[in-house]
Amino acid sequence: MALLETKGLGITFGGLRAVGDFEITIGDHELVGLIGPNGAGKTTLFNLLTGVYLPTDGDVLVEGKSVVGLKPYQIVEKGLSRTFQNIRLFKDMTVLDNVKVAFHHKMSYGTANTLFRIPGSKYWKEEADIDKKGRELLALFKMEDNVNDMAKNLPYGKQRKLEIARALATEPKLLLLDEPAAGMNPQETKELMETIHFIRENFDVSILLIEHDMSLVMGICERIIVIDYGVIIAKGTPEEIKKNEKVIGAYLGQ
Amino acid sequence: MSYFIQQIVYGLSAGSIYALIALGYTMVYGIVKLINFAHGEVLMMGAYFTIFGIISFNIPIILALPISMVLCALLGMFIDRVAYKPLRNAPRISALITALGVSMFLSNFFKLLFGAEKRKMPDFPALKGGYVFGDVTIPYKAILTLVLTLVCLITLQIIVRKTKVGRAMRAVSEDKQAAQLMGVNVDLTISITFAIGSALAAVGGVLYAINYSQIFPTMGTLTGLKAFVAAVLGGIGILPGAMFGGFLIGIVENLTKGYGAGGWSNAVVFGILIIVLLVKPEGIFGKNTREKV
Repeated sequence: MALLETKGLGITFGGLRAVGDFEITIGDHELVGLIGPNGAGKTTLFNLLTGVYLPTDGDVLVEGKSVVGLKPYQIVEKGLSRTFQNIRLFKDMTVLDNVKVAFHHKMSYGTANTLFRIPGSKYWKEEADIDKKGRELLALFKMEDNVNDMAKNLPYGKQRKLEIARALATEPKLLLLDEPAAGMNPQETKELMETIHFIRENFDVSILLIEHDMSLVMGICERIIVIDYGVIIAKGTPEEIKKNEKVIGAYLGQ
Repeated sequence: MSYFIQQIVYGLSAGSIYALIALGYTMVYGIVKLINFAHGEVLMMGAYFTIFGIISFNIPIILALPISMVLCALLGMFIDRVAYKPLRNAPRISALITALGVSMFLSNFFKLLFGAEKRKMPDFPALKGGYVFGDVTIPYKAILTLVLTLVCLITLQIIVRKTKVGRAMRAVSEDKQAAQLMGVNVDLTISITFAIGSALAAVGGVLYAINYSQIFPTMGTLTGLKAFVAAVLGGIGILPGAMFGGFLIGIVENLTKGYGAGGWSNAVVFGILIIVLLVKPEGIFGKNTREKV
């Protein structure tokens, strides 16, 4: 069974068809790239998958079960997690707290424990647990020295990394990265590629990557999907995409 | 000098009530950017619930207060569900007008139910008198007020800083959408915020009733308004700001009263608000959020 499958997925805003008839299948441990010119509907697609928008037609299946109509936080529980094109960290919270928020849906202690922090109760165990897991996760991303920094004080590259770490903290099966290289210089982009490789080696997760930076997408993705005006115009390996006339047309204009 | 200290003692006691109420304003504002004008009515209802528990059901106050806190918490959540939630994505002014409407509805509803006249809070013999240090008396009521307030403030700080609910609240107040995409149930978190704020208001209402020995359906209006001033003074949306603002308002008010200008005390309180808004609109603890062009 495919990890993610969409069937005839589409959304219309007023009279505008932002995404239409979108069909894609992603299996376990895949790295798929999604490219397309500005305004092609890439981020809209992410918003459809994560429950921010309700599709006007079609279906989204995660491990065979429809997630359409679920609230975004419920879709996170199903194993989808994402980052944002424009970084959206909790800026006035510490780096560690940013990651801890993402563990939220895995914690189960109740009101009595929240109010009184009963000694020896689940509260202490779960809080200690996510503290440890959060620090380990940040250490993997070489941010162990930043745990107590405010997120807003991190340099740009590290903010991007923290956003990815935060998304991974929800323990997703599919990670959606929305233009992670946006605003990065070539050096930072190179580091990002290494980070993505690192994630694939160390986490059991598939990745769907939206990207503008062609070298990044071509360099690391096994499969690429190209969309324009909300519909898929090409699918294939990086080699095939490079030669595809429609893709060249969409990017350079005809 | 001892007269001055005496006024400060009274001020701290009144100020802690304002602080408790101001926290509710500031928490709700922080999370949904709404000035919940019905908050003053919640404190009024907290006082009524407690007194009815004591008089009609003979419950000791030590039990009546927590029950009233729970009732107010549920009520706060109910108000949010019915009046504010449907307007979450509407222009902010709509929600603000609704809040005014809810406030007027509740105070008039209670007038209808229980009459407009002031009711006497039962006396608690244990709270008569106080510690005497030379010329300064610290009434037991003031001690109770301060201790109860500090317990509430510390509990709140721990919840906000050290629990999952608190982290969720901070996350939601910064970025609702990002929070829900990280697995936080935003609606539930907002409900909890209303519940906590309303429970604190219930404590404030009961302490008000104990200190001033009376309750009436419009008691929340002016008290709530002054607590709102306290929240703005400290920087709305900022918890320590609300506490500080509350104590400051209480002290200023009592100093004005104590030094023979009792009739002016409200004018001074609102005068301070005007000055703060002119000089530092974001409040004493507020950060300067200059808009980028």
